[in-house]
This record gives sequence, C-alpha cells and structure tokens, in this order.
Amino acid sequence: MSPYEAILLTIITASTPLLLAAIGELVVERSGVLNLGIEGMMVMGAVCGFAAAHVSGSAWLGVIAAIVAGIAMSLLFGLLTQTLITNQVATGLSITLLGLGLSGLIGSGFVGLPGVQLANVSIPWLSDLPYVGRLIFGQDPLVYISIALTVAVAYVLSRTRIGLIIRAVGQSHDSAHALGYRVVAVRYACIAFGGATSGLAGAYLSLVYTPQWIENMTAGRGWIALALVVFSTWLPGRLAAGAYLFGGVWILGLYAQAMGMGIPSQLLSSLPYVVTIVALVIISTNRRLSVINTPASLGQGFVPDR
Amino acid sequence: MQLILEKRPQASSLMNFLSPVLAIALTVLMGGLIFAAMGKPPLSALYIYFIDPLTSWWSIEEVLVKAGPLVLIGVGLAVCFKANVWNIGAEGQLTAGALMGAIVPIMLAEWQGPLALLAMLLLGALGGALFAFIPAWLKTRFGVNEILTSLMLVYIAQLLLDWMVRGPWKDPDGYNFPKSVSFDGWHLLPMWGDGRMHLGLVIALVAALVLFWLMRHTLKGFEISVVGSAPKAGAFAGFSQTKMVWFCFAVSGGLAGLAGIIEVAGPIGQLQPHISPNYGFTAIIVAFLGRLNPIGVIFAGILLAISYIGGEGVQIELGVSDKTTQVFQGMLLFFILTCDTLILYRLKWVSSKTKNVSAGETL
Amino acid sequence: MPNKSNNHASLALLQVTEITKKFGDFYANDSINLSIKAGKVHALLGENGAGKSTLVKMMYGALQPSSGSIHWQGKDVSIASPAHARELGIGMVFQHFSLFEALTVAENISLALPVELRQGDLSQRIADLSKDYGLPLNPSALVADLSVGERQRIEIVRCLLQQPKLLIMDEPTAVLTPQEAKALFATLRRLVEEGCAVLYISHRLEEVKQICHDATILRHGKLVAEVDPQKETAATLAQLMVGSSVHQVSRQANDQVGDILLQLCHLNQKASTPFGVDLVDLQLQVKAGEILAVAGVAGNGQGELFAAISGEELSPDQTSIIMFGENCNTLTINQRRCLGAAFVPEERMGHGAVEHLTLTDNILLSRHACNDTNAPLNRGWIGIDRSQLDQLNQTIGLDYDVRKSKEDAVAGSLSGGNLQKFVVGRELNRQPKILVINQPTWGVDAGAAALIRQAVIDLSRQGSAILIISQDLDEIFELADTIAVMSRGQLSPIYPASELSREEIGLMMAGSHEQSTLASGA
Repeated sequence: MSPYEAILLTIITASTPLLLAAIGELVVERSGVLNLGIEGMMVMGAVCGFAAAHVSGSAWLGVIAAIVAGIAMSLLFGLLTQTLITNQVATGLSITLLGLGLSGLIGSGFVGLPGVQLANVSIPWLSDLPYVGRLIFGQDPLVYISIALTVAVAYVLSRTRIGLIIRAVGQSHDSAHALGYRVVAVRYACIAFGGATSGLAGAYLSLVYTPQWIENMTAGRGWIALALVVFSTWLPGRLAAGAYLFGGVWILGLYAQAMGMGIPSQLLSSLPYVVTIVALVIISTNRRLSVINTPASLGQGFVPDR
Repeated sequence: MQLILEKRPQASSLMNFLSPVLAIALTVLMGGLIFAAMGKPPLSALYIYFIDPLTSWWSIEEVLVKAGPLVLIGVGLAVCFKANVWNIGAEGQLTAGALMGAIVPIMLAEWQGPLALLAMLLLGALGGALFAFIPAWLKTRFGVNEILTSLMLVYIAQLLLDWMVRGPWKDPDGYNFPKSVSFDGWHLLPMWGDGRMHLGLVIALVAALVLFWLMRHTLKGFEISVVGSAPKAGAFAGFSQTKMVWFCFAVSGGLAGLAGIIEVAGPIGQLQPHISPNYGFTAIIVAFLGRLNPIGVIFAGILLAISYIGGEGVQIELGVSDKTTQVFQGMLLFFILTCDTLILYRLKWVSSKTKNVSAGETL
Repeated sequence: MPNKSNNHASLALLQVTEITKKFGDFYANDSINLSIKAGKVHALLGENGAGKSTLVKMMYGALQPSSGSIHWQGKDVSIASPAHARELGIGMVFQHFSLFEALTVAENISLALPVELRQGDLSQRIADLSKDYGLPLNPSALVADLSVGERQRIEIVRCLLQQPKLLIMDEPTAVLTPQEAKALFATLRRLVEEGCAVLYISHRLEEVKQICHDATILRHGKLVAEVDPQKETAATLAQLMVGSSVHQVSRQANDQVGDILLQLCHLNQKASTPFGVDLVDLQLQVKAGEILAVAGVAGNGQGELFAAISGEELSPDQTSIIMFGENCNTLTINQRRCLGAAFVPEERMGHGAVEHLTLTDNILLSRHACNDTNAPLNRGWIGIDRSQLDQLNQTIGLDYDVRKSKEDAVAGSLSGGNLQKFVVGRELNRQPKILVINQPTWGVDAGAAALIRQAVIDLSRQGSAILIISQDLDEIFELADTIAVMSRGQLSPIYPASELSREEIGLMMAGSHEQSTLASGA
C-alpha cells in the first residue's frame, strides 16, 4: 500500500464516526430538536458495543448492542424534552454527563481486554485493484453504511413525504400540529434515529477505529459532530464533505506528530478543536445562508393545548 | 387512561422548593438499585456514599474543600444560565485561570508577600475571564453558538496546560515528571483546620453572597432574569443582549479562573496535567440543583462535594469503580430536570377519548 | 342578497349540541348549540376571549370537547384530528396561518392534503384552481417571500382542493385590505352558490351584515343569541356581543395643535433579519396635540418602524429621528424615554410585559431609567425601591381599571384586555409628551379598547404628540387626526383623516403610493 492510500484510508476511518453521529443529529435538528447528548450516546454505544462483542465474540452483535444503547439514551432524552418539556440544552448536557459516567462504570471491567474487530469488506479481484481497490472496495462495512445513510437522509429529507413532514415539524410545530401532524411522535422518531446513529458511531470507535475500550474514548467527537451539523447548514452533502475535511485535519495532525517535526504534540492534538471553532466562525459570517436553513423551532419545547 | 401535563396557572413555589429534594430522593433510589445490580449491599453502600463523609471532621473538611470550587464556579454559571447564556466551558476557564495565576509563583518566584498572593488570585480571575471572552466575542461578533465554542476551548486549555507542564514550565529538578515547581510561602493560600481548609472557601462564600444580593435586589439581577427569559422585553427595557453576554462570561469565567488558581495554590500546590476532577462540568449540575439561586448553589455544592468523597469511599470500601461518582452526578442533573417540570406543570390522568377513527395522516 | 330560510334543524350539515370545553377550572365553552346549513354563510360572533376559537377548534378536531356531541350530516361523530375533519369535508382557514415559511406554496398545500389528492401534478392543479377562483398563486414560491394576503390564499386554496362541504374561516379579513376583503367575499359567495357552507368568525359587524345569513353570538363562553344579521343593526349586534351598551369614545376637535414633537426625515434602515422588511425613506411628523395613525397590513415594516423610533434597534447610519427638535439617532430607548417619550409595543406578552414577572417588576421594565417618580427606582447596590413600585402599581391599577386576582399578580394571570390596560397605563402614567403605540387595542375586548382609546385621545388633547401604528381601520378613524399608510417598508404622505376614505386607504395599503406616487402628496 502506498503512503497516500494509507493516509486516505485513515482519513476515512477517522471521518466515519463523525459522519455517523452527525447525520443522525442533522435529522434530529431538522425536526426542531437540539440534542446535545451525542457525546453521551456515542460513548454508551462504544462501551456497549465493545462489551457485547467481547462477550459474544461477534462484532455484529456488538454493533447491534451499540445501536440499542444509543437509542435507549436518546429515548431518555426524548422522554424529558418531549414529554416533560425540559430545557433541551440542559437535558442534552445531562445525557452527556450520564453517558460518560455510566460508560465508565460499565466499562470498568473491560479496560485492557482484547476487542473484536469488525472485518473489512473483501471483494475478490475488486478489492485488490491497484490504488483504488482497498479505498473503494475494501473498507469496513460501517463506512459503506455511513455513506448509504447520508445518501438516504439526503433523499428522504428533500424528496419524500416523510422528509417534508420532518422539515415542517422543525419549521413550525404549531402549524404542523394545527394540520394534524403528531409533532411529538415525529420528534421522538427522529431522536431515536439520532440515538441509533450515535450508538453506531460509538461502535465504530470501539470495534473498528481502536478495537478496545478506553474511558472517554469519544474525546469530544460528539461535540465536533454537533458543530459539523451547524457547519453543514443542515444539508447532508455539505455534512459529508465537512466530516471528511475534519477527519483529514485530525489525521494530518497525527501524521505530523508521528513525523516529529518539532511541533508540540499538544498543539497538533488541539487542531481539530481549533478547526471546529474556525469553521463555525466561517459559516456564521454567511448569516442568510444559515438562517434560511435553520429549523425555525430548533430547541423549543412543544406543548399542545388540549 | 393517559398521563398528561397540565400547565399550572402560576409556577408552584412549593414545587420550586420540593423539586430538588425529590430529585435527590430519586437519585438515591436509583443509586441503590445500581449498587444492588452490581451485587453490593445497597443500604450500606448508600450509607458509605452519602452519610459516611459527614461522620468525621476529617471528611467534612474534605467535603468543604471540594465544595469550594464547585460553589465558586456554580454561582457564576447560575448567573449565566439565568441569562440564557450557555457557558459550558468552565473547566477550560478554570484551567486558564490556573495557568495565568501561576505566572507569579513560576516566573516571579522571588516575589513573596500578601501582594503576591493577591496578584495570583487576580491574575487567575483575569485569566479565566479572558479565556471566557473568546466565546463571548465569537458570539457577539459572529453569532457563533457559545455552547460549542466554550466546550471546544476546554480541550484546548487542557492541552495547553499539558504542554506547559511538560515543556516550558516543567520543574527542572522534578525528575522529568510533568509538574511545575512546588509553590511555597505567600504563593500558597493560608490553610487551617487539619491543614486542608483554605482561604478559597471564604472566597466562595463571599462570592455566593454578593451574587445573591445582586440577583435578588439590584437592577442588574432584574436585567439578568429579563434578558434570559424574554429577550424582546429585555430590548424594550433597554437592556443590551450583547453586553449581557460579555457580563455573563466575565463573571462566570472570572470565578472559574479564580477557582482554578485557588486549587493550584491550595490543595494541589503546583501545576500538573490534571488539576480538576471535572469541577467545571459538575458545577453545571450544582447550578441547576441550586435552582440557579446563589444560596441554593451553596447547598448544592456541598451535596455534589459529598458525591465526590462518597464515591471515593465506596471505591475503597466496596471496590466499585470511581465512575459511580459521575453516574450519580449525571443522574442528579437528569432527575432535577425531570422534577423541575412539576414547577410549571402538574401531572394529570385523563381518560383517552380518542375513538378508533381513521386519521387520514398520522405519523 | 342573503335571505334567511327557516330550514328545519334536522337539515343541518353540522349540528353542535350542548358542547362544553373546560381548561382546568375555566369554561372556555359552556353548553353551546350551533347548527350550520349547507349553502349558507353562518356568522360566529363574540368578543376576544368569548370562546369562538375554542369552539371551532373542536369542530376541526384540533381540540376535544369535554362533553357534548357533534352531528355531521345527521350522524354522531367524534372528530379526532384535523385530518379526520378534512376527511369528513371540513376545511379551516386559521387566523394565525398554519404555514411553513421556508417551504414552497406547493409543499405547504401538499402537507394538508390526504394521500389521494397528492397524486399527479399538484402544482398544475393549484395553479388551475387558484386561477379559477381568482386567487393567483405561484406554487413554487417560498412562503416567506409572500404578503399576508397571498398567504391567506394558500390557506384557502388548500381547503378548496379538498372540495369541502364546510369551510371555517377565523377572522379572515382582519389582515386584509378592504379591496382584498371584497375579493374574498366574492369567492365566498361563489362557494355558497356551489352548495358549500361557511362558518364565518368575525367581530366586524358590517361585514357580517353584508355576507352572513345566520349568526350565533357567544359571550364569556356561553351562547347568548341566535339572530338573523339582516334584521339587526351593527349597534344591536355589538350590544349582544358585549352584553352592555358599548361605551362611545368621545373626541373633541384638536384646536390647539402645537410644535412638531416627533419627526422622521428620510429614515432608511436595512432589516436586521433575513425575513425582515427594509425601511425606505420614511418621512413623517407629529405635532403636539395631534394623533397620527400609520395604517397598513401587518408585516409591512410596522415592527421595524416601532423598533427604529423607540431605539430598540439602533442602526449606525441613520440620521433621521428627531424628538423635541433634538436629533436622537444614537440615543438608546431609555435615553429617549428620559427625553419624554413613551412606547407601547405590539405584543403585550413577551415584549411589553414578561409573563412570569409580577406587575411591579413589569413596571420596572420600562420605568427604571428615568427619574420621573419621587425618587429613583433604581438605587444601585442598595437595591430597588419596592415601596414606590407598589404605589405606582396601585395608581395604574385604579386609573386604568386593571382587574387582577391580587394587587401584585404576575402578568401572565391577567386577561389580554387587562394586561393591555396595564401596559398602556404604565406609560400614560408618566404623562409622556411623545407616545408611540403599536396596535393599541389588537385582540382586546370592547370595554378595554374603549378605555385605552379614550385615554390616548385625552393625552393628545393635553398637548402630547401621538403616533399610532394600527391595522384596524375602525380604530384609526376613531382616533386619528392625520393618517399615513405603510406598505412594503414605505410610507405614504400624511393626509388629514377627514379627507380619506377606507377605499383610498385600502389602495395605499396595497402599495398604490409606493415610489412613483410618492411625489403626489397631499
């Protein structure tokens, strides 16, 4: 494998968890809900995925467990914000704090144990093509799933009725309610979808990226995914581009570190966070663009009168 | 039958008081279940967790030492959240304050005396505030969401601290450990009790009382609550949203920075890669549990401090992970948010009348 | 034109029997009976808060009744949801449109249609139908870019596509120009001729007499009368609605007009939000003792105008707001207050007052900066002078008849009319020399409206300059000495009120004065 292939491969591996977590949150936010609990749902996905895979020996069972864990956490969020109309920002934070704690507790018995790695796809002949073989035909399955999900979300949101309803609910829950749509149910569904993809993103970390359990192994990726959604102005195509860009920055930082160019490693490690802030500033300067796509009722609780 | 929320005609002041109590009760109950699930005797585990820390003077001191930074940061965040400004990067501001304040003992080591200590504290507050001005500036100038920027800056501050104690500020005689020189003399806070209690506790108490007065009796406090709950009415009253953002970040960042320098000049005594067991994040819970009221924050800070000490206790005595602390803290915030709903709404059973009609479109 | 036929109740298309709706302990509707017949326009009359909206929401499935029954075409039905109502053949045009700003017209319409009506070329059908009924619409336009009148057309078209048997219209003309209202009536007449029933909610009595065949009148959630509007006068209908004779506002001629106190010279201001309205070259002046009304359909820059004059929104490049002869562009709202100006915004709740704060705190909201009481209300670190606030609250309560559950109740517990009396009273209590008031009596009951209007007139006759921004032509003709009309961020020249007819104002509301016509002033 040539070095450029290796770099591209690692960039894709670094980007995929961001893309997975962000594509779910994009749908959640399009329905008018701001779930700041991604980090918590993701880390729960990581630990549950790792534990299930370790115990059963099957990476795919791990993936399923991670999805279930993500959904469970997201439904807690849904219960509070949709049914009990709590503040979404504070509730998202509580999901993150709870997730970080719970995952540590669950994972305390799994630290240092060998994990199960999700095998890469291997298609005879195609995967062995020079240059592009590994890159296009030899990734792990979740990479393809993340891309398929992005395409599906883009299609559903812009071309289907379900997408139209999600956008309508996010635009104005009062209007949607007046027309007879079940705002809370739509939002619950979107929140659960976001939980599933966040769990999947966590599984990616503990089953593909580094097949082991390390405490707080999400390292702020959930927050970066949130920033990506803002950066994408809620458009899936732009989101994917952003995710790969961020993954690229992350990996270039690591490579620079490995080559030891005399730059403090901490400076390189802080690169993704600095880039996130810079990206948010850049996107905010074009206010009209972000305002038009912003779901108008983002973050507001909905109480129907009875 | 179906359980629904019904808006109360007026916020319930009884529930305003009861809600944290109920949340604590629910947390304890869930905590017991978790202990039981881990195969530990729930009652004695809970005793070790919540009561034991209060049974000896030594551990009470420990609790107070931990409560200090929680209260200091918590009151600042209470002001922020009341004003609907979401600074969740207090952990980073704490780190920045510690770094800035440490300039005196590390770079001006010769300068001793009460003024040096005062300078350390002021620099600490300044460092926290300046660091908090980054998200404030990004929000007011570019409209960037302060939640994400303040949080990203936590990672950046921690990496900066890591670099400083492994690089420029590493103790030359420290056997290559990632630590700064140990502070001494007037670069340490006055201590008393069994040698753990320090001036920081008094500072936290004073800060809470001053902010209580500010919030309760002055126009500024009124401004904070109006801008936070009804921005348009705030504009009508002539209160500037922009200035409020700066004010909130200045207060909360300054207090977090102060907490940072107090930690390194108090219990820790030097700079090291980790100077805080997530005080900056736990203080978010403290602020909410304290009803965003500075007096309430004092009690909430003590309770959360107990959760730290109790967590260590169960770890030592029952051998459970120290992560139980974080779980308890997370649950507490979760339940306090749940119970707060009861302040504005009451739960009511209604019979579901909906007959089986073909609703043309339901999703 | 309309003639009342005494159809038997069993022929009713929709029959509502003894229907009751409780919110907590409050009866929004108490045993209401109503029967609507095909081919008729049925008026539902009542003051704000009488329970009209609650009643129709139950007919449309958006609310469920606490007790009582609904018969549709003779069959007992329980209307579970708006979708169910639409399926039965009930369409509704809301007062507050249920539209989505960032979606297209076609998407907005599609969202309200059942699956079988969404098939095929929806855009084409929208275009055809809207043309047929004289309601022109571009299916691919974004709602955010449309005027209020166009938005209402979307609501109507999406009802008509479902060929409803009953069309419910909630205050449809409140936001229309007189000409747009006329066009709407033509559409309604055609629908009725085709056999559709219309339930027409309004408090505009002239309209009701013009187009309705039957009328049901509600007061305080109870049914008070069923009448033939043709046999009633506007005055008798009003009396039934209000329950007592309506207090007439008395207005003396303003013979003592003084100096110009408030003036705008070429005010230009860019909108601060993407969907906002730019203010273009606005000019006006208000003299002492004079009431100037700015008429116009909502959303044409009135909110922006209020923000600019009050100083809530400061724009660095404006050089054009003059109060008491003093250029005050850079002054904040509080500095303008201290000069002697007072402001009442359109929204009572959330802008003029804060729902969860007490009345005394709400007084503090606009009174903390200027020392126009005995002593400063804000005493810095010592705190706020609560006893003085209590006194003010008592005075305002008495002077402006603010009815409340307790002396210092929270603002949210007051009814709309009482809160508006409080918000207006809070400013009038200062005896301001300039008063800017946006929609002074929008959505309040007749008693409160009369009190507020009288107080405003009295203030002007004491030598204050008053600028009223309103979309209610009745109110404008009751109060104004002079009138200007606003449309799309532009202002017509100022005319004496006596020289303008409703039709002329209507044409200007639709934009006849803009740009080219700006030169041909009064």
